[in-house]
Amino acid sequence: MSEHDEIDRVSGRSTTGHEWDGIKELNTPLPRWWVLTFYATIIWAIGYWVVYPAWPLVSGYTTGLFQYSTRASVVTDLADLEKLRGEKMAVLGNASLADIEKDPALLALARARGKTVFADNCAPCHGSGGAGAKGYPNLNDDDWLWGGSLDQIMQTIQFGARSGHAKTHEGQMLAFGRDGVLKKDEIVTVANYVRSLSGLSTAPKFDAAAGKKIFTENCTSCHGDNAKGNPEFGAPNLTDKIWLYGSDEETLVETITNGRAGVMPAWVGRLDPVTVKALAVYVHSLGGGK
Amino acid sequence: MNKPVLPDDLITDEDGPLYAPRKKVYPQSVSGRFRSIKWRLMAVCLGVYYLLPFVRWHRGLGAPDQAVLIDFPNRRFYFFFIELWPQEVYYFTGLLVLAALTLFLMNALGGRIWCGYLCPQTVWTDLFYAVERLVEGDRRAQIKADAGPMTAKRAGRRVLKHAIWLMIAWWTGGAWVLYFADAPTLVRDLATFHAPVIAYVWIAILTASTYLLAGYMREQVCVYMCPWPRIQAALTDEWALNVTYKYDRGEPRCSVKKAFDIRALGDKAGDCIDCNQCVAVCPTGIDIRHGAQLGCIQCGLCIDACDAVMTKVSRKTGLIGYDNDINVQRRVAGQEEIFKPVRARTVVYAGLIALVCALMLYALMSRTLLDVNVLHDRNPIAVRLSDGGIRNGYTLRFLNKRGFDRVITIDVDGPADAKLHVIGADSVTPDRPMIVLARDTTTEMRVLVTAPFDEKAEKSVPVTFRVTDIGLGEVASATDHFVLP
Repeated sequence: MSEHDEIDRVSGRSTTGHEWDGIKELNTPLPRWWVLTFYATIIWAIGYWVVYPAWPLVSGYTTGLFQYSTRASVVTDLADLEKLRGEKMAVLGNASLADIEKDPALLALARARGKTVFADNCAPCHGSGGAGAKGYPNLNDDDWLWGGSLDQIMQTIQFGARSGHAKTHEGQMLAFGRDGVLKKDEIVTVANYVRSLSGLSTAPKFDAAAGKKIFTENCTSCHGDNAKGNPEFGAPNLTDKIWLYGSDEETLVETITNGRAGVMPAWVGRLDPVTVKALAVYVHSLGGGK
Repeated sequence: MNKPVLPDDLITDEDGPLYAPRKKVYPQSVSGRFRSIKWRLMAVCLGVYYLLPFVRWHRGLGAPDQAVLIDFPNRRFYFFFIELWPQEVYYFTGLLVLAALTLFLMNALGGRIWCGYLCPQTVWTDLFYAVERLVEGDRRAQIKADAGPMTAKRAGRRVLKHAIWLMIAWWTGGAWVLYFADAPTLVRDLATFHAPVIAYVWIAILTASTYLLAGYMREQVCVYMCPWPRIQAALTDEWALNVTYKYDRGEPRCSVKKAFDIRALGDKAGDCIDCNQCVAVCPTGIDIRHGAQLGCIQCGLCIDACDAVMTKVSRKTGLIGYDNDINVQRRVAGQEEIFKPVRARTVVYAGLIALVCALMLYALMSRTLLDVNVLHDRNPIAVRLSDGGIRNGYTLRFLNKRGFDRVITIDVDGPADAKLHVIGADSVTPDRPMIVLARDTTTEMRVLVTAPFDEKAEKSVPVTFRVTDIGLGEVASATDHFVLP
């Protein structure tokens, strides 16, 4: 068309022939570098299909010439990470628990390792910060059912409580009511007596002497004459302010009637020895142990 | 009624394309006062740039002994006696403010002298021009060669020029990376191809940018890319000294012989003999006789060229010089020239520079070299103990910015009878734990605060951890809260 060949006087370039209110559009093709770059990206994309995973198939996908896979690279990275950690973890493995706690660098390392392992394995029961829940002890306080020293904590982590492992902590709260050892009113009486031990209020018609008698006959073998508990059996101290299941009469009656036997699994075999060590140091550092 | 303006009326014969193609600049070599100042400044600037990484500064065992070092892996910046941590990056803000004010002051005194003498673009372009003249000959030879056919000799020279350019560019990038690692070690590693890949990448990037900016872009950077000429035009005033063609003296232009004749008749003849030497030597290819303009970087080379010509034709030098329009007008009116370097603008800039310097110096002198941060446990926020007492856990982070280990104690101020326990710290006295802080690093510790049971205790009270350096007596503190369950 002839108007396409019109040359603009100012710029010396041809126009497209489009005109709006006397304004004509200059013919401005895409710059060559732009077009070439565009073609290059197309060629690049084809190359990409060939060498990298690209197309889904019915079962699987085209793997590409490089056989690259993000999953494989993660596996390699994790292996590299373990290798990188190996040296430091070996130092941790050779040090004693007490020495780890004294050395700031080792302590930081053990705590860092312990924290991640705790979050992965322990948090479901004990909570992400180790604050516990009903039936699951708080690990930040100074009350330890099975002992709060570094060694005792490590032993508990290794073999668990009532876990079925040969070396596990044994001992359980008997079901005095369900097994017919104590009658219902006796249970209420002893429950009130237990409340009185830590200064909690008791029922108005509560007979303290009867409660003491029942307690002495049935409970002292595990909880001790002074009711301060015994870590040998995981028997809790009944004179303090910490209650694993609750201190109200109803809960105590339930505890005495049906017994309690919370389970902690054994971690030996599931976690490697160095990790268990780090975990023990971490748990001990939460509240300083006992 | 006015006649309507039609588009065709606006088109004149002078209208052309909106974008002019670049005309290559062939600056002629010149010698004189400003040229020698430029040579010396170039030597100083490049000397500092290339050699500074090799200057040593002893800081004690274990610390790097490089005077100026940006240590990214360890997050430290060293500058002679100063060592900065990442959280002190605001000192650089102060430095940038200072740089800007200095630039403004230079502008108020002498216009774009930064552009003409100190700007890296100018320094490296100047160097590249010098190489070009050395290899391909001066202005005329280059113009002639470019107009003629490509001969083997010319091609050889061109290859040599680019080789030298690339070498300079490579050294520029090479010196740059030396600021980020121990220079002698890195030089050895670079030579034996053991240096980190990132070092080679940065050298390549800076080689390319130097080669392109100084070899090809040149004055186009100043004219089209750089924001400073635009800002400068808004910041300058009528008293600033700019490279000025004194047209009161130069006009009307005429040849030496004609001027002689005119003067013989007792009439006024201009001193400018229209030899175009000022244009020939200009590195941005402008004609200074058109007055102040965007392309002028005020390097003063046209002054040198003109002075040489004026001397030859036995006229007074200084037809082009650092001057301003006020003086041109005053001379026309037969008045004395006046210069006002001290005026409100320069005094304010100088005052601001002094103020920022003083503030930075004060901040630097009074900065703490011992610090502590505190973070309260989030879960659990408080723990009840077997005796009814309450315990809160905290993470304390100590910052020891000194180059040696130090011993600190921690005191706690908060709930009544609060006791402090630091996990893993030896307690010399039971309630006053002592901790060794390793030099030039941060130390993180878990701290437990225990308060006895108190029925009337508030739900939340402030708790302050005070850290004291036993040896030096330096003190730092951090405050958080002690809360009940």
